Amino acid sequence: MTDLSQNPAGAAPRKHGGSLLEKSPHTRKRNAAETRFKAYGIAAITAGLIMLLVLVTTIVGKGTGAFQQTFVTLNVELLEAKLDKKGNRDLADIKKVTTFGYAPIIKGAMEAAIEDLGIETSLKSKELAGILSKDVAAQLRDYVIANPDQIGQTVEFRFLASSRVDGYLKGRVTRDSIVNDKNISAEQLDLVDALAAAGVLEKTFNLDFIFGADASDARPEAAGIGVSMLGSLFMMLVVLALALPIGVAASIYLEEFAPQNWLTDMIEVNISNLAAVPSIVFGILGLAVFINYMHLPTSAPLVGGLVLTLMTLPTIIISTRASLKSVPPSIRDAALGVGASKMQAVFHHVLPLAAPGILTGTIIGLAQALGETAPLLLIGMVGFIASNAPETLADGLLAPNSAMPAQIYEWAKRADPAFYERAWGGIIILLLFLVTMNTLAVILRRRFERRW
Amino acid sequence: MPTFWLVVLLIALAAAGFYGGRRRAIATAAGNVKNLHSLPSYYGYHVALSAFVPAIAALLVWLLAQPMFIETRVSGMIPAAAVPESSSIGLVMSDVRRVAEGLDLAVEQGLLSAREARNAVAGEQDLRALMGEVGVALGSEVRPEVLKAAQAYRNLSHAGRTAMTVVVTLLALGGFASAYVRTHKDFRARNVVERAVLALLVLAASLAILTTVGIVLSMLFETKNFFGLHSWTDFFFGSTWAPNFRGGSELSILPLLWGTLYISFIALLVAVPVGLFAAIYLSEYASGAVRAFAKPLLEILAGIPTIVYGLFALLTVGPALADLFGKGGLLGVEWMAGATSVLTAGLVMGIMLIPFVSSLSDDIINAVPQAMRDGSLGLGATKSETVRQVVMPAALPGIVGAVLLAASRAIGETMIVVMGAGAIAKFSANPLESMTTITTRIVSQLTGDTDFASPETLVAFALGLTLFVLTLGLNVLALYIVRKYREQYE
Repeated sequence: MTDLSQNPAGAAPRKHGGSLLEKSPHTRKRNAAETRFKAYGIAAITAGLIMLLVLVTTIVGKGTGAFQQTFVTLNVELLEAKLDKKGNRDLADIKKVTTFGYAPIIKGAMEAAIEDLGIETSLKSKELAGILSKDVAAQLRDYVIANPDQIGQTVEFRFLASSRVDGYLKGRVTRDSIVNDKNISAEQLDLVDALAAAGVLEKTFNLDFIFGADASDARPEAAGIGVSMLGSLFMMLVVLALALPIGVAASIYLEEFAPQNWLTDMIEVNISNLAAVPSIVFGILGLAVFINYMHLPTSAPLVGGLVLTLMTLPTIIISTRASLKSVPPSIRDAALGVGASKMQAVFHHVLPLAAPGILTGTIIGLAQALGETAPLLLIGMVGFIASNAPETLADGLLAPNSAMPAQIYEWAKRADPAFYERAWGGIIILLLFLVTMNTLAVILRRRFERRW
Repeated sequence: MPTFWLVVLLIALAAAGFYGGRRRAIATAAGNVKNLHSLPSYYGYHVALSAFVPAIAALLVWLLAQPMFIETRVSGMIPAAAVPESSSIGLVMSDVRRVAEGLDLAVEQGLLSAREARNAVAGEQDLRALMGEVGVALGSEVRPEVLKAAQAYRNLSHAGRTAMTVVVTLLALGGFASAYVRTHKDFRARNVVERAVLALLVLAASLAILTTVGIVLSMLFETKNFFGLHSWTDFFFGSTWAPNFRGGSELSILPLLWGTLYISFIALLVAVPVGLFAAIYLSEYASGAVRAFAKPLLEILAGIPTIVYGLFALLTVGPALADLFGKGGLLGVEWMAGATSVLTAGLVMGIMLIPFVSSLSDDIINAVPQAMRDGSLGLGATKSETVRQVVMPAALPGIVGAVLLAASRAIGETMIVVMGAGAIAKFSANPLESMTTITTRIVSQLTGDTDFASPETLVAFALGLTLFVLTLGLNVLALYIVRKYREQYE
């Protein structure tokens, strides 16, 4: 009792004072520091995720436009007087009419369409045709050469609108932004509005972007990624045909047979270093060895494939070794125990069990190679227009072509902003491929992964 | 494509060898497989491998060696007087190759007979027009020495190709025959085949060494040429980068190195704090669900191709920064001239490196033994105090290694700086100015029309070699630190 009275309300002066229920300033400081520290962590993760979100929304927001294109539907009268003056449907004569010769026909078709729809406009016929792509004459000519019997008839065509008109419908081009533009005028945009209202001019899904060829600087509306997609495909075939067998063979040696000696050490050090060498250095190697020394053709997917093979090998070797390592030694022992040689044990038993892991690693390596750009710049896969799809296997490997990432870079360099939309669209396609490949790898791993 | 058909022939021989060897082995065992030393297919593999492997190896070596041999022979034929003042033997040789190629094409298209091509004399016909007709554009009239050298070049390469076909075919047939003759029921086919397969495996593994040697040699060789044309003191210690294709260029690596390091520094300034704190949060604080959600999402950033980041820098980040700091921008300052700048490239590269830093640091933090944390928490430290005073010091060497690896990635990164950093080489501390880097210059010196006899092109190889050495050094250092640290807790 006396103790109690001496220390009223238990207020023994503890070092930092106060009760246990009441936090001392020091504790509060420490707890605040704790909360702050945790907040930094959350902020860092949020920052990372926001950046991912911004990146994805930018790509989707800017790229989806490339999958839509503005087309104008017109009835064109293929005048015999202009296209086949002699009237004998001789192909050689028809071919003599250049794309310039088709311009009046297109102008006439535009005028007729506007008259039919009853649209009032003060534009001259040349300006009327200006809302169509420069590609239209070539399209018409190709059609006539393919179907000479249609001359003299009226045929319905779907023509590409020019990139400015397309941009106007997509909101990229506005009436303010064209004040100093020589390619399009406000009157033409009025006409576009009228045509759109009449349903002659409309924005639809653009299959040509996915499967078409690249186009020259002046015709962004006609550019497609299809041909460079083929270039990428052929490169991936080369990578698969070389990197998979070589990588698997190298991993089998290192994991199953290699003795502990300087050669093995040297190989291991080299592989881990090659995995970290900047990709541009592989481009220099490709230029020096495959093109300057071996005189393989520049811009050929074969060369690109060889360079990417060297780049992908370390990835494949590292993942293959991991999956060989995960096969338990008891499998090998059992095989050796029933009389198999070491080679038979590895090839007949270990390798099949490791196959899903090897496949997963290969797909991931291929995905990496598919997105790689820098080495392709040095072996000349940019700077020209990939306009012809290869027809044979040898052509696909040896004829100059582009590749998807190189094509995207090429579009990003061009002056017309209409190409930027194509570049973002190309990135969507590229990322779709990568996502598919990685998903496939994950599914394979889930489906076949074995825990021993 | 004669090489192609030669390979097809080899494959056909190998297939025939497989069946032939197998059948012969079974025949010598009187149809009873039990009498054989090895399984029947091993006899088949034996014949197939003997026919295929030496022949294809000879083919590859021949294809690699022939150009070198012909090159030295033909360039020895060109007298020093025939090389013009402003040119070099390399340029004359490329003319020779083009003329030879033009003659080949002309013969192929029937414009010249084989005899005419062999005996053509410069000046008698308009060879330049002829070459133009088959699609080989020549800069000037064909000079007699060049034409002579080109004819020698053609003769040698024709002879070489014929000899190659003969040698390879003979090797294949010889291998086939000797293996086929040796096939007998007592022959130890399996042992022989397994030894051969092992040799092939060793060969595949050695390709890694071969690649490294190829990288180093190809760059070393051209770098040597470069230093023959340009002083090495200017390259390493000069202060200006001003390539001029008319000669008299100043090619110093220092301004490029400055740009490279500055951009990498900014990238690390973004990536290291974000990545490190993300790793600490994920490994020390986050619940399993958050970890399973956030970690793979962050790692997506590492799987995105660099061209995407490059486009992001060029078309989104750069213009956004220009809107902030540029003329008529939101801040009302005029610090930025265009969209490309050190900051543009650095920021975007930083985003790319976040997952790199975070997943490496995450592994390293997880490797710190739990007992150390428990001890610290038991003494009354809060979680953050434990992380700062116990876990971090223990993990520091590993994290330094991770940062060094990220730095090496940043230095070697190409697409982001090509599209986001600009092309002006200078020393400046202003992050809003555009600067250029080593990788950017490699790309610009080696794309488009290049002339492999001018220092302006060859400098790219010297830059590449420097880059290779720099990143290699960083990687080796980082791996050394990480390995040393790992040993501490194992």
